[in-house]
Amino acid sequence: MTNLWMDIKHADVITVMGGNAAEAHPCGFKWVVEAKAHNNAKLIVIDPRFTRTASVADLYCPIRQGTDIAFLSGVAKYLLDNDKLQHRYVSAYSNAGYVVREGYAFEEGLFAGYDADKRDYDKTTWDYEIGPDGYAVVDETMQHPRCVMQLLKQHVAIYTPEMVEKICGSPRETFLKVCEMIATTASPERTMTSLYALGWTQHSKGSQNIRAMCIVQTLLGNIGMLGGGMNALRGHSNIQGLTDIGLMSNLIPGYLNIPIEKEPDYESYIAKRQFKPLRPGQTSYWQNYNKFFVSFQKAMWGDHATRENGWAYDYLPKLDVPTYDVVRGFELAKQGKMTGYVIQGFNPLMTFPNRTKMTEAFSRLKFVVVMDPLKTETARFWENHGEYNPVEPSKIQTEVFELPTTLFAEEEGSLSNSSRWLQWHWQAQEAPGECRPDIEIMSELHLRIKALYEKEGGAFPDPIVNLKWDYAIAESPTAVELARELNGYTLSPTQDLSGQTIPAGRQVDGFAQLKDDGSTACGCWIYSGCYTEKGNTMARRDNTDPGNRGIAPNWAFAWPANRRVLYNRASCDPEGKPWSEKKKLIEWNGKQWVGFDVPDYGATVAPDKGVGPFILNQEGVARLWTRGLMRDGPFPTHYEPFESPVQNVAFPKIKGAPAARIFKGDLADLGTSEEFPYAATSYRLTEHFHQWTKHARINAILQPEAFVEIGEELAKEKGIAKGGWVRVWSKRGSIKAKAVVTKRIKPLICDGKKVHVVGIPQHWGFIGLTRKGWHPNSLTPVVGDANTETPEFKAWLVNIEATTPPADAVA
Amino acid sequence: MADYSSLDIRQRSASTDQPPAIRSHMEVAKLIDVSKCIGCKACQSACEEWNDLRDDIGVNTGVYDNPHDLTPKTWTLMRFTEYENPETQNLEWLIRKDGCMHCTEPGCLKACPSPGAIVQYSNGIVDFIEENCIGCGYCVKGCPFNIPRLSEKDHKAYKCTLCSDRVAVGQAPACAKACPTGSIMFGTKQAMIEQAHDRVEDLQSRGFKNAGLYDPAGVSGTHVMYVLHHNDKPSLYAGLPNDPKISPLVAFWKGGAKVFGLAAMGFAAVAGFFHYVTAGPNEVAPEEEEEAVELDHEKRRNGGSEARPH
Amino acid sequence: MTVQVSRRGLLRGVGSGLAGGTLGALGFGGLEPAMAAAVRPFKLAQMRETRNTCPYCSVSCGVILYSLGDRSKNARSAVMHVEGDPDHPVNRGTLCPKGSALLDFIQSETRTKYPLYRAAGAAEFKRVSWDFALDRIARLLKDDRDRNFVAKNGDLTVNRWTTTGFLGASATTNETAWITYKAVRSMGALVFDNQARV
Repeated sequence: MTNLWMDIKHADVITVMGGNAAEAHPCGFKWVVEAKAHNNAKLIVIDPRFTRTASVADLYCPIRQGTDIAFLSGVAKYLLDNDKLQHRYVSAYSNAGYVVREGYAFEEGLFAGYDADKRDYDKTTWDYEIGPDGYAVVDETMQHPRCVMQLLKQHVAIYTPEMVEKICGSPRETFLKVCEMIATTASPERTMTSLYALGWTQHSKGSQNIRAMCIVQTLLGNIGMLGGGMNALRGHSNIQGLTDIGLMSNLIPGYLNIPIEKEPDYESYIAKRQFKPLRPGQTSYWQNYNKFFVSFQKAMWGDHATRENGWAYDYLPKLDVPTYDVVRGFELAKQGKMTGYVIQGFNPLMTFPNRTKMTEAFSRLKFVVVMDPLKTETARFWENHGEYNPVEPSKIQTEVFELPTTLFAEEEGSLSNSSRWLQWHWQAQEAPGECRPDIEIMSELHLRIKALYEKEGGAFPDPIVNLKWDYAIAESPTAVELARELNGYTLSPTQDLSGQTIPAGRQVDGFAQLKDDGSTACGCWIYSGCYTEKGNTMARRDNTDPGNRGIAPNWAFAWPANRRVLYNRASCDPEGKPWSEKKKLIEWNGKQWVGFDVPDYGATVAPDKGVGPFILNQEGVARLWTRGLMRDGPFPTHYEPFESPVQNVAFPKIKGAPAARIFKGDLADLGTSEEFPYAATSYRLTEHFHQWTKHARINAILQPEAFVEIGEELAKEKGIAKGGWVRVWSKRGSIKAKAVVTKRIKPLICDGKKVHVVGIPQHWGFIGLTRKGWHPNSLTPVVGDANTETPEFKAWLVNIEATTPPADAVA
Repeated sequence: MADYSSLDIRQRSASTDQPPAIRSHMEVAKLIDVSKCIGCKACQSACEEWNDLRDDIGVNTGVYDNPHDLTPKTWTLMRFTEYENPETQNLEWLIRKDGCMHCTEPGCLKACPSPGAIVQYSNGIVDFIEENCIGCGYCVKGCPFNIPRLSEKDHKAYKCTLCSDRVAVGQAPACAKACPTGSIMFGTKQAMIEQAHDRVEDLQSRGFKNAGLYDPAGVSGTHVMYVLHHNDKPSLYAGLPNDPKISPLVAFWKGGAKVFGLAAMGFAAVAGFFHYVTAGPNEVAPEEEEEAVELDHEKRRNGGSEARPH
Repeated sequence: MTVQVSRRGLLRGVGSGLAGGTLGALGFGGLEPAMAAAVRPFKLAQMRETRNTCPYCSVSCGVILYSLGDRSKNARSAVMHVEGDPDHPVNRGTLCPKGSALLDFIQSETRTKYPLYRAAGAAEFKRVSWDFALDRIARLLKDDRDRNFVAKNGDLTVNRWTTTGFLGASATTNETAWITYKAVRSMGALVFDNQARV
């Protein structure tokens, strides 16, 4: 989230699209209800299903899953055609006037530089024209034919209301009502917040779905504003933290990168990342990349990371492919190229696409380790559970370990929520049985492996035996010890920004004190400030909220630097005066930036210095056009899902998203709309949390049994009774479930064709207290988003029929 | 000083010796704003957790409602209705939290033959005192909202207590505290009525011209009230009675029939009651118990259709 | 006085059903103890309160865990009730249906309690000691790393290990995440991911 949960109360329009906030985030959704009740806000819900969020909406608009880009490009076109822009914001704070270099083109759905064999682009031309002064060329009148504004107008020109209706199945009148409501927030006094979640990300063009709304929000001047922003409602309680700390194939904590093969040493690695400003006077925060990186290496390897060895650069693995994400991981496992998997609190057998493939992949591993407070399907992939898991254990030669862990009530530490708050929690009870905290398990594993290397030697033991591990009890580091490492500390005396000497062994105050000379160590630079010499700021519990802005600056700690609303400099006009007094966040008082939030800007940088408000970008402005930063194009473009009930009306030659990765076997596993005519989608229900709460009795009572949701018309056509059993199958598998026949799902007319939607919630499995059932991932295809490899769980094809109950079903 | 957490008794079942009202009391109420409800069932969850109830794990019957009805272990329940508004052509998903309405004139209490099994506190809460319950099912018959349920396990009647244990120490009921969107509010009845008026105004401004407060006069008002978008048609909301009234049978007894009741009351009945208080209700022959429950179910089914105009 | 009344009769006839009701009128009122005593006692009065965060979604609501036992030497703590933290600026005391039922997660019948091991081809898990499990896993990891570690690709130093995968848990703490990162990355592992994609 650029903004924070309570901030939603300031919105004038709330658009929930690509998510179902009322069901997935009920307590965050209270701020939507608050905005409606006390700010006279209007709630728009755009979803294939009439959800529980839609039940309290002012305007509901149906849409076929996988067509969000067409819809939002249509909105952008409406704003441009009807001159509903926040003009000064667009001209001063976006790259609308930036001139794009010659050679860049977009034709028949493809950008310049496409290589069909590689399914990838040569992105050389996707950049600005650079002037003789070394900076990007800007036409402030936005009239240059190759400036971003003109290119944007051309790019969205095809998405007329008629085209939107054809592609999305959204009725033209309803679509126009949505446009009108959204357009009201072009006024500097009014803001719209965009609330989204995995309904946007789980597509082969998920990142571009979000980009499409970013364009709309930038045109309306809603980024950096109170009650505005792009608000990703993250899934799990600490998925934000896990991503921040870089538990991904290609990340180093704080969104730094694992080097690639072609970066042989520290210098070549850093040179590519210290982005230079693209406009005179800009800041480009990434100039500090080396300070964050060196401090990270020092936190990992202490004295073994020296200037001489490039700060232990060789201790880091180098990537030969963009990522070894989990989709690739299980593809390799299926090919027999993996030996083992170590899994913490994760149930991949159920949560990754194509269950048959997952079972096969697991069965080919030599060992699987599962750490979890609950019994999971993954830990029992080899166990026969009748038709719910029809495997033969004797044929599976995998060694499996199930290690019992503590849960939240039995440990202390911090979690990072969607608003980027790090909140500390405390232990309330002892662990049952022999459960142990994950911290101890990982420490024990490390120490035992280290001991083996010290005794036996082996492949490159250096990064293991030299890992910094100076905890009071080596087998059981405390959460406080680890939090202090994340914050960062001085290793030798160093100077702060004002020239004062900080002695060795002190916690730093924030990332501004980090150095590239080896005098500081920091586990995760963006978390710097979470545990300073003053103590644990994550444990702060002062909920005072000056000015009733919904900021509560002294509650816990928010990264970066305790800033609550990102890009908040953009809440003021170029002279430093708030666009709206009512929505004031910060302002320039003649000497410095002051207000309710920590400024996202140099605290004493005067407005007339011309520094843009988006200081993390080299341009200092928001990007309507993303240069070469996205793999699949600088503008979002409508592509159909890999399995789609209709062809691409806008670009008939293109099937699927052209730059999305798909493995050969998975491509062969795609079905056609002739065989599988219905548009399926998977999702959560408010009564459950993934496959987790089926272990909690009350939640099992509230939603006890697996079901699929279909409209009345399809039910009638197929002879499916409400509460009867149905079989749903795709090219990859078949499941049974009860049928919920509802008025809330209606067929959509797309390009003259009637499309029925089949909704499949995802909370049941073969372990737990609910009735046994199947997960939609028995059916889903294995293809990921071009930029993030997030699987396309939200749009694929199935067939459906009435059927008989499973053998063990209760009447 | 008015005290809304008072447990002074205003009325008790089957008793003529009502305690005198000396202190003045504030009435409490729960306001359920259906227009803010997202049907998340947090109220159901919190209710089960706080009251140490765990109902059976059921099945899906083609709807979101689970469990499918109120039971002795499910004191509150979300009921989902899909309604296509003929005036606007809009689909509306009307979701109502069902449960005891805590009537000012409680039909259950009037009907209850066992002294002190049902009481009404001065704050308006109607509570079942299970240890005095004889399991006769009269409260079920007497309730115009079809709320109380008899347990087959201990043959006592159960329903929402409005968390009288929490209210007694100044806390809101568990459901009201949990409710993520503030659809369930709790406070003095006066404050809830005022809040309801604000909400009605907002809804009317959004095009729901018949929005209103449901605080039915037929039972002299309730201590659980609803804000409805369509207050002209309460029955749209899973059969919320349009005009709830205490059953004529109960009214009959409370009125002129008392004499008849006393006169006709057989010696056996009194003896039976003594059997209850000395030996306990579980002494009732099992087959009779079964029949009684069976009969009660039958009544509930019938009562249900009466109470729920379609 | 041994006549047993038929409850069926009680239910059937309105007249006979009034039996209990007549007792008060006949002067049998006041048999019961004071009604106040009948209200369930407020169960949290003496419980210990611990501030915590709901582990489910990313709203990260504040919760209060009410536990038995005051942390004195001889008392073993056990969470008995979970309620929203009214001071928390986001949830302000509210909880969703998952958060409201956290007690049933903590006390779930299907929690893991002891290390279990399934040998290759076995039909069931066997309980094992932590030492057995940790030693065996350390051995399996080291053997695979030693066998498949790639130090060089041509002239390039790559130092990577891609034959054992690691998945992080997105409900664990940042501190767990950090120690996991250190342990996993120091081995040169690249097949490393978390739930961000699902």
